[in-house]
Amino acid sequence: MNNVSLESIAKSFDASKPPAVKDVSFEVSDGELFGLIGPDGAGKTTLFRILTTLLLADEGKAKVAGCDVVKDYKQIRKEVGYMPGKFSLYQDLSVEENLNFFATLFGTTVMENYDLIKDIYVQLEPFKTRRAGKLSGGMKQKLALCCALIHRPKVLFLDEPTTGVDAVSRWEFWEMLKRLKTEGITILVSTPYMDEASLCEKIALIQEGRIMSIDTPMAITAAFPKELFAIKAENMSQLLNSLRDNELVQSVNAFGEYHHITLVKDSGTPDAFTDRLPMAIEWKTIEPTIEDCFIHMMSA
Amino acid sequence: MTGEVAISTDKLTKRFGDFVAANEITFDVKKGEIFGFLGANGAGKTTAMRMLCGLSIPSSGQATVAGFDVYRQTEEIKKNIGYMSQKFSLYEDLTVWENIRFFAGIYGVPRSEIAPRAKEKLRQLGLYHQRNQLVASLPLGWKQKLSFSVAVFHQPEIVFLDEPTGGVDPVTRRQFWDLIYEASDQGITIFVTTHYMDEAEYCHRISMMVDGYIKALDTPTALKQNYGAESMDEVFFELARGAQRKGD
Amino acid sequence: MKQLFIFIKKEFKHVFRDQKTLLLLFGLPIAQILLFGFALTNEIKDSRIVVADYAGDGASQQLIERFRQNDSFVLEQSLLGADDIDEVFKQGIVKLAVVFPEQFEKSLIHEGKAQVQLIADATDPNTATTLTNYAQAIMRDFQVSYLGTASNLQIEVVTRNFYNPELRGTTNFVPGVMALVLLLVCVLMTSVSIVREKELGTMEILLVSPFNPLMVILAKAVPYLILSIINLTVILLLSVFLLDMPINGSIPLLFAVSTLLIMTALSLGLLISNSTNSQQEAMLISLMGMLLPTMMFTGFIFPIENMPVPLQVLSNIIPSKWYYIIVKDVMIKGLGFAAIWKETLILFGMTLFLLVVSIRKFKTRLA
Repeated sequence: MNNVSLESIAKSFDASKPPAVKDVSFEVSDGELFGLIGPDGAGKTTLFRILTTLLLADEGKAKVAGCDVVKDYKQIRKEVGYMPGKFSLYQDLSVEENLNFFATLFGTTVMENYDLIKDIYVQLEPFKTRRAGKLSGGMKQKLALCCALIHRPKVLFLDEPTTGVDAVSRWEFWEMLKRLKTEGITILVSTPYMDEASLCEKIALIQEGRIMSIDTPMAITAAFPKELFAIKAENMSQLLNSLRDNELVQSVNAFGEYHHITLVKDSGTPDAFTDRLPMAIEWKTIEPTIEDCFIHMMSA
Repeated sequence: MTGEVAISTDKLTKRFGDFVAANEITFDVKKGEIFGFLGANGAGKTTAMRMLCGLSIPSSGQATVAGFDVYRQTEEIKKNIGYMSQKFSLYEDLTVWENIRFFAGIYGVPRSEIAPRAKEKLRQLGLYHQRNQLVASLPLGWKQKLSFSVAVFHQPEIVFLDEPTGGVDPVTRRQFWDLIYEASDQGITIFVTTHYMDEAEYCHRISMMVDGYIKALDTPTALKQNYGAESMDEVFFELARGAQRKGD
Repeated sequence: MKQLFIFIKKEFKHVFRDQKTLLLLFGLPIAQILLFGFALTNEIKDSRIVVADYAGDGASQQLIERFRQNDSFVLEQSLLGADDIDEVFKQGIVKLAVVFPEQFEKSLIHEGKAQVQLIADATDPNTATTLTNYAQAIMRDFQVSYLGTASNLQIEVVTRNFYNPELRGTTNFVPGVMALVLLLVCVLMTSVSIVREKELGTMEILLVSPFNPLMVILAKAVPYLILSIINLTVILLLSVFLLDMPINGSIPLLFAVSTLLIMTALSLGLLISNSTNSQQEAMLISLMGMLLPTMMFTGFIFPIENMPVPLQVLSNIIPSKWYYIIVKDVMIKGLGFAAIWKETLILFGMTLFLLVVSIRKFKTRLA
């Protein structure tokens, strides 16, 4: 039983402000790679802290690895691995010392679970006597992951492990997570980067403390209610403004090279209004991304 | 965009002992241009940006920012630029209005102009009714938009944005870019770093730093063509994968 | 047990790898001892005095010679007129003038009494009092050796200084500095080291581990307890060998009560760390909340007996006040536990109270 379940969880820090999380329920099954996706301040960290027994929820129930987060918190603390959002290792201890410290703290040794962290640790090995504070961003992140894994946790919580990390390191990190999944560890990861959603088996989109949708990434994009077009022109900001003024266009959002648009009902394709635009455009039908869905749900 | 040059660097280099953080950087940024400054962690972006903001004296090479020399005229540079980063932007324990007053005052905006201009800006942002609220009480997205407005309040020639949209929700992120475009239309040069590759596409031109060097510099479209890539993501991967340095 | 051990080891590493902390930890006590021992003492050395000798006889010359040989005084010059005295005082260098009237020796031998006038610059009344006291002591000695009896000298010395006949400041300062240093270092170090874990985010990881949070407290306390005892030893060694300070009582008893004060300080530090979230805040509270009251209300700088009653009452809640009394009793008077059990009990009660409160307040969660 390595699963996680939440039932109507709510938490408020300041009575004068809207709650940090409200009515959150979802389940994560054994060995699943689950992504909690939303911007800063959406309530991701609060949820993780409730699940790791660091905070008490105001309402609702939650279980981690079969244990209640309030009653059996001591048991949970033995069985989960947690990597907080901030880099949380001792800067003045070396790589080796940090790892040994956390291994001992969890009543184990580095050797005992070495096979689990081996793939990650070999990259750190050349720097094992270096102090953690002197490591580069990517290396710190790897060390933090090793420390969170050292006691072979049943459930692993990673709070925004890729924030502020460049695209290449982010990609490497997700590769490591995929490998860990094969070890049967249930992984919950939170991220503000929508493009990482497709790397999870199941995701929850969270905004302002509420879950907007929970499903597989495929199912979420498939549920996008409209046909989506990508459209581009020479002057993109001019195009953006004229699309916004167009009454046939329901939504328009800049998406890098293209603008993504949906049309009001029964308007066919962008061909219906190309002649009314002040510039030549190029368009195509596309599959929506998680970010399209997120924006759509936010405005709904 | 006119042909005027806002930033010009020639073999700009910064060494820390044996370590060359920024190596012979050479580029020009035109007035009103949105210039994306990309690179992996540790590639030397921060070092380069500090030199251009007049916070760090280069080891060698030449550079002018808003027409001022980065060696001798750092004070003039600071008067003519705006700066905003994800980490520090506004005083959380001051109100919206107090923040504007304070930063406008620092940059020497005449007293008589502050109030009317601030009013107009806040109306535009839809923040006028919140003007007497503490910044701490605003949602993150609004804070970021407000701090951008504060950074361009004194109508600088160039504004430096260091990962301005990190962690912001996708709708606010786009609203933020609307503000950037607006500032660019008014002739303010935008120098921006980001980890979101789709945002790189919004820039007029992009430079890509790897191991202290500028490895590529072109429009997003040209870069994708040159590297036979579908997206900026791929271009970035192609360039950054070979990086030796992975510091901070 | 193994967990606790590695945790303590980690704490030691933190201390030894941070040069600034290390400097604070061991530099502060040494600096304080030297500062209070030499620079800030109310003991007076090498004070410049002048002498106006209208007698010019054997007795006055002998007495002047005694002044000359005394450590406290430097004989600046001999003067003639009263106007000259006024003049040298105005220059501000000379603090005391000794005037011998004519026929000093004759009066002393024949009438059995003589007058010596002491004129002090009383702009600083404390110094003036001290200097006249010193001078009186010298004259009393002189009288004894000159006449072979202690009677009948015109200048009657009333001041008697128990335990500190030479009016040495060190005896007051050393116990005071011990209290100050132990409290400051322990409160500051424990509060900062716990808050640092919060700031770093490592506290979150520690909490989400099977390690008992109370063990965190214990593991934090042990290194500073040990380091403080080393500190205490350094202070005592410096006092004995550098400041010629005696330890008249039992050394084990001294260490035992000091350990008690360290425990008080550790509990206080813990209490502060519970209610703060940044190292800055913890440092500020430790310094403002500890340094000032300790300096004010321990009694080694400002005598508590001279304070208004409300402040005297307030001083009772300052742990260092009780420690100061205990240390003076043990170290200087050489008294045993029987004499200090009351103060020790008070200190123990305080420690127990603080410890219980801080452990109860210690959060096993974040909020």
